[in-house]
Amino acid sequence: MATFEPVLTRNWGLPDSHTLRVYESRGGYQAARKALASDPDSIVATVKESELRGRGGAGFPTGLKWTFLPKDRKETFMCINGDESEPATFNNRIIMEKDPHMFLEGILISCFATKASVAYIYLRFEYINAYRILERAIAEARAAGHLGKNIYGSGFDLEIYLHRGAGAYICGEETGLIESLEGKRGWPRIKPPFPAIEGAFRKPTVVNNVETLLCVPHIIERGASWFKSIGVPKSYGPKLYTVSGHVNKQVCVELPLGVTTRQLIDEHAGGVWKGRKAKGAVPGGISMGLLSADELDVPLDFESLRGPGCLGLGTAAVTVMDDQTSIVDYLYNTARFFAHESCGQCTPCREGTGWMYKMIKRIRSGGGRIEDLDILKNMADNLGIIPGTTICGLADGAAWPFKNAIAKYRGELEDYIRTHQSPGARVTALQENIAHGISAGDGTSLPRADLPPTVIPASAVALRNPRPEPA
Amino acid sequence: MANEPKLLSEAMREEIRALFPRYPSKRAVTLPALHMVQERFRCVPYRAMAEIAEVLEITPAEVHDTMSFYGFFPQAPIGDVRVWVCRSLSCMLRGGDELLEHACHRLGIEPGQTTPDGKLTVEFAECLGICDHAPAALADDGRVYGPLDEATVNAMLDELKAGRKDEVVTSS
Repeated sequence: MATFEPVLTRNWGLPDSHTLRVYESRGGYQAARKALASDPDSIVATVKESELRGRGGAGFPTGLKWTFLPKDRKETFMCINGDESEPATFNNRIIMEKDPHMFLEGILISCFATKASVAYIYLRFEYINAYRILERAIAEARAAGHLGKNIYGSGFDLEIYLHRGAGAYICGEETGLIESLEGKRGWPRIKPPFPAIEGAFRKPTVVNNVETLLCVPHIIERGASWFKSIGVPKSYGPKLYTVSGHVNKQVCVELPLGVTTRQLIDEHAGGVWKGRKAKGAVPGGISMGLLSADELDVPLDFESLRGPGCLGLGTAAVTVMDDQTSIVDYLYNTARFFAHESCGQCTPCREGTGWMYKMIKRIRSGGGRIEDLDILKNMADNLGIIPGTTICGLADGAAWPFKNAIAKYRGELEDYIRTHQSPGARVTALQENIAHGISAGDGTSLPRADLPPTVIPASAVALRNPRPEPA
Repeated sequence: MANEPKLLSEAMREEIRALFPRYPSKRAVTLPALHMVQERFRCVPYRAMAEIAEVLEITPAEVHDTMSFYGFFPQAPIGDVRVWVCRSLSCMLRGGDELLEHACHRLGIEPGQTTPDGKLTVEFAECLGICDHAPAALADDGRVYGPLDEATVNAMLDELKAGRKDEVVTSS
């Protein structure tokens, strides 16, 4: 890489970068004018050729997604996923606060390409300032003729509406988002049909991430080959990486796809804090798993992270943990998050995330058993597994931290269990028997090979499962 | 009940109806309407929920189904200011859990509760997307706090108890 010229962030340092005046003075909306003077299919073709992949987490090719829309459709909706809730991710927020017009221009071009005349920005409620800034930017763009009827005399109409969420992680899943937009609980839908065929309000719908659409004006302006000159094979273009956790400077930086965690820590985040060493890092939001200290040179792109067993690039939100961090605390935190955010629709996820949380909580408070690690690993290996036992990928996100941590830090976890034993936190014989089944009435437990038989007091059984005495 | 005064004024109903043209279905206005009511009353009582249903021409059960899913709309009024203290990974690594505990201890409340003077509600939050400020907190008028420590948490609580500040924030 000779010299990398940041484009997505090029206006961020300017005073009033959120205003139309500044954006237009920097050549803003020129790409949209160019796009709207051509035809939608050629825009789709250019984006497809650029091999732009979705920045929201799954990395699906954007142009290809657009081609799934039925050719004979009468109406199309665009939904922009601004529900950004993956822990440690904040790049979309900064985009919307610092340069809302570049984002709106990306929406305009993408809507023209997909023939959508209504776009909904689904914005998480917590982005209060972004909401205010976007509201103003939309009004400005409308007054200046970048939105509304017959934009630039092209005959193309577009309205953009802001739709605020209400604090649910699951609404970042594209069909959960659609359900929520429709005024329902944010339960992901069974696919197929995919949103491109039947999405919002049962109409063909495109759901794209904020940063994905931010790339589009630049692809139109500079061409697909420019875009492909940045990054690494199969992962082209600039990417906004965020770094937080145990670093000196928590930042959001624009870099070519394929930088390493170590580069991010050392060159952009001012190193690990307090002069310590990194113990590991989360590569792209907690759903993606965990990199150990010797995996920090793996390129953060869409393909390479499978090598060290991570789920993928995710949102490219890196969280760094120093060498004094307990892996048990890390697991406790991720399990608590997913148990809280599971939407409750699919049993394996609803029950599984809660179960994993309870187990790691017990281990953390001194009631762990070595065999718990095997149980947790078994659960992690069976929860989700796209496509598998659940409708969406939340369960996989919950499983991956456990899968990676047990594989990479088993020694530390075992040590923790051995050295952190507190009698009060241990599993009791009664709990054990309840968990594994009891034959109520005669007070005996089902036999288990690894446990001495326990006699349950009849009173305990009666308390738990009251039923009339047989005559 | 027919004579009972309505909770939602005609002006609020108009404000809700004004959003109808944005969506192909009236039901899609559920969340925006819930937000309006929450902002006005600092809660969404059951009666308001039924009245939203009336305006949207859907059943109260449908509004309740949505409303109860999000855990965002309490039925009893919360404080004048609602503050979320983040407990997700990046904040937790830098002491978020302890700071939430500290804040609640100082106010003499539990997470999710409101101070007796009705000024401040403290809640935990999963990632607020302000990890560049971790450990961070967010007030529901848009003010962002962080990186926090015990001293700045104290200062934050004092500031928040002075009331809301709904200013338009620039991108600086």
